[in-house]
Amino acid sequence: MVHVSATPVLALRGVSKRFGAVQALTDVELEVHAGEVVALVGDNGAGKSTLVKTIAGVHPIDEGAIEWEGSKVQISKPHDAQDLGIATVYQDLALCDNIDVVGNLYLGREIRRRGVLDEVEMERRSRELLDTLSIRIPSVRIPIASLSGGQRQTVAIARSMLGEPKLVILDEPTAALGVEQTAQVLDLVERLRERGHAVILISHNMADVKAVADKVAVLRLGRNNGVFEVKSTSQEEIISAITGATDNAVTRRAARTNGEIKK
Amino acid sequence: MSIDKTSTPPEDHVVENTEAAAQAVTAVDPRLLVREQGFAGYLTEFKRKMKAGDLGAIPVVIGLAIIWIIFQSLNSNFLTAGNLSDISVAMVGTGMIAVGIVFVLLLGEIDLSVGSVSGVAGAAYAVLTVTHGMSAWLAFVLAILTGTVAGALHGFVFAKIGVPAFAVTLAGLLFWNGFMLQILGDSGTINLDGEGLVAKLTSYYFSDVAAAYGLAVAVTVLYFLSSYFGNRRREAAGVPSRPLSETVLRTALLAVLAFAVAAVYNQYKGLPLAVVIFIGILLVTDFVLRRTAYGRKIFALGGSVEASRRAGINVAMVRISVFAISGTFAAIGGLFIASKIASANQGAGGGDLLMNAIAAAVIGGTSLFGGRGRTWNALLGVLVIVSIQYGLALEGIASPVQYMITGGVLLATVVIDAVTRKTQKTAGRA
Repeated sequence: MVHVSATPVLALRGVSKRFGAVQALTDVELEVHAGEVVALVGDNGAGKSTLVKTIAGVHPIDEGAIEWEGSKVQISKPHDAQDLGIATVYQDLALCDNIDVVGNLYLGREIRRRGVLDEVEMERRSRELLDTLSIRIPSVRIPIASLSGGQRQTVAIARSMLGEPKLVILDEPTAALGVEQTAQVLDLVERLRERGHAVILISHNMADVKAVADKVAVLRLGRNNGVFEVKSTSQEEIISAITGATDNAVTRRAARTNGEIKK
Repeated sequence: MSIDKTSTPPEDHVVENTEAAAQAVTAVDPRLLVREQGFAGYLTEFKRKMKAGDLGAIPVVIGLAIIWIIFQSLNSNFLTAGNLSDISVAMVGTGMIAVGIVFVLLLGEIDLSVGSVSGVAGAAYAVLTVTHGMSAWLAFVLAILTGTVAGALHGFVFAKIGVPAFAVTLAGLLFWNGFMLQILGDSGTINLDGEGLVAKLTSYYFSDVAAAYGLAVAVTVLYFLSSYFGNRRREAAGVPSRPLSETVLRTALLAVLAFAVAAVYNQYKGLPLAVVIFIGILLVTDFVLRRTAYGRKIFALGGSVEASRRAGINVAMVRISVFAISGTFAAIGGLFIASKIASANQGAGGGDLLMNAIAAAVIGGTSLFGGRGRTWNALLGVLVIVSIQYGLALEGIASPVQYMITGGVLLATVVIDAVTRKTQKTAGRA
C-alpha cells in the first residue's frame, strides 16, 4: 500500500445533486489523499461526470459538504476549484489545434515581459515541465494538430500541472488511445502520484484502473457502491459492483473488511 | 518490394530520417535539427513543408510575380516607377479594410459591413469639415470612431445575442449604406479641400530622397537588432535559437527588398505618406497579433472557442473588440479612399470594395476557416488585386473582364486554401 497522509486532500461527505426530477448523486462519499490515485468507475449514467463536475465547480452541490485538507469549503464556480488547487482535464482536451505546444500550455496565463509575450521564458519553462514529467514530443514549437492523440493527452495533462495543483482530475484520459499511447499516459499518471499530487482518474478500462490506481471508488445509479483497495480486489469484484450483477455481498464484505474505508 | 524502394525519390528518405530523428531526440525542434545542416537543411525543410501543405505566402508571391510578368509583357509601362508607385498608393484604402478583415477571419467569422462602414467614415468626415466647418483633426478622429462604434455594435449583437456574424454584418451593410446616403443629403457629393488633412493622406510624398532610403535603413537595422537580441536571449535561456548566419541572411534579403522599393519610389515622386502609414499599421497589428496576450486570444478563439473559454478567455469581449477593430480599419480605409478621389459621394463603399477587401485578405493567405493568417497577408493580397486593376486599365480593358479575372484569382486562392488544409490534415498539421 502506498504511504498516504492522514488528512485527505479532498473529502466529499454525503454529497447530493439533483437536476430537476433526476437525482444524479445521492449521499456520495469520496476521499482522496496526496500521493494517491483514486479511480472513479461506474456504468454510463452512474454519476461519475456529475461528481467530477461538482468537484470542479461546474455544478455546485445541493446537499452535503466538501472538505479540502480537513476544512469545509464552498465550490460554487470553476474558479473556486482552481483557486483551491484542483485541476481538471476533460475528455475533450480543450486544446487549440492551430497554436503550438508552448502557446497551449500557457493559454490564458501567458507570461509577459513589459506587456509583451515572453516566448523565451514560456518555452524554457515548457521544456522544463515536459522534461520533469518525461513527456516526449518532437518539439514544443509545433502546432497541436501535428501531435498524436496520446501526445495531445499528455500535453493537456501537463497543462493542468502548470498551476501546481494539489488534486488532478482526469476524465477518461485513455479513451480512444492506442496501446502505446495508453502506456505513456499511465506512466504520466504514476509520475503525478510520485510528485505527491492527488489524482482522481475516471476510466472505463479495468486494465488501466488495475495498472495505476491505489483505490477504486465505484458509483452505481448515483450512489456509492463500494470502495476497494486495488491490490486486494479482483477485477470481477469491481465489475460486479459496477453492474450490480451480484447481490453485493462481495461489495459489502470488501467494505467491511477494509477498516479505513467507510461505506 | 525492391521496385517500390528504387522508385521512391531519395528526398523521401531524407525527410523520413529527419522526422524519425526528431522524434527520437526528446523535445528538440525538428526544424532546428535540419537547420544545423546548413543550406541543404533549408532545402530539406522546404520540401517537407511543401509536402505537408505548409505553403505560407509562397503561392501569392509566385502569383504576383506571374501577374507582373504578364502585364509587363503586354505593356512595357507596367513595371515603371510611376505605375508601381501609383499602385502602392491606390492599394492602401482597400488594404486598410483588408487588415480589419484579417482580424475577423482569424476568429473564423466574416464582416460584410466593412464597405458600407468605410463609406460612412468618408461621408462623416466630409459633412463635418465641409458642411459644419469642424476642424480637420477632430473630424478625422470622429470619422474613425464612427467605424469603431459601428463595428463594436456588430460585435455586441454577434457575441452577446448570438446572431451569426454573417447576418449581423449583412444587416450592417444595408444600414450603414443608408446612413451614409442620409448624412450626405440631397447634394450627393461633397468635395474635400484639396489641401486638407484627408486629401494629403494619399497626395503627400516625402520628395527628399533621404526619406525613402532612411526608412529602408531604419527597417533593416530594426529587424536585425530585434532578431539579434532575441536570439541572444534564447541562447542565454538555453532554448533553440537561429544561427547568426541565418539572421544575417534574412536581414540581407529584407535590405535588398527595402532598398529596391525605396529606389523605385525615389525615381518617381518620392516616398508616399500613405505607404508609410500602411507599413506602420501592418507592423503594429502584426506585433499585436503575434506578440501580445490579446493576439494570442484571437488565435485561440479561431482554433477552438471551447478551449479558449476553459482557459479563462473572455470570449465575448474578444469578439466585440475584434469587430470594433474591423470597423475601425474599415473607417480608416474609407478615409484613404475618399482621399484618393478627394470627395465623398453616394457610391462610396459600394461596388466591388467589400469583395476586394475580403479577397485581398484571403488571397494573401489568411485562412477562411479561422486561426491562420497574418496582417501582412492583406498587403500581398491587395497588391495582387490592385496590380490586376491597373494592368487591365493600362490595356484599356473594362471592368467586367477585371471582375472575372479577380474572381478567378480568388477562386484559385480559396481552392489552394482548401487543398492545403486537406494536405495538412493528412500530414497531421491542420
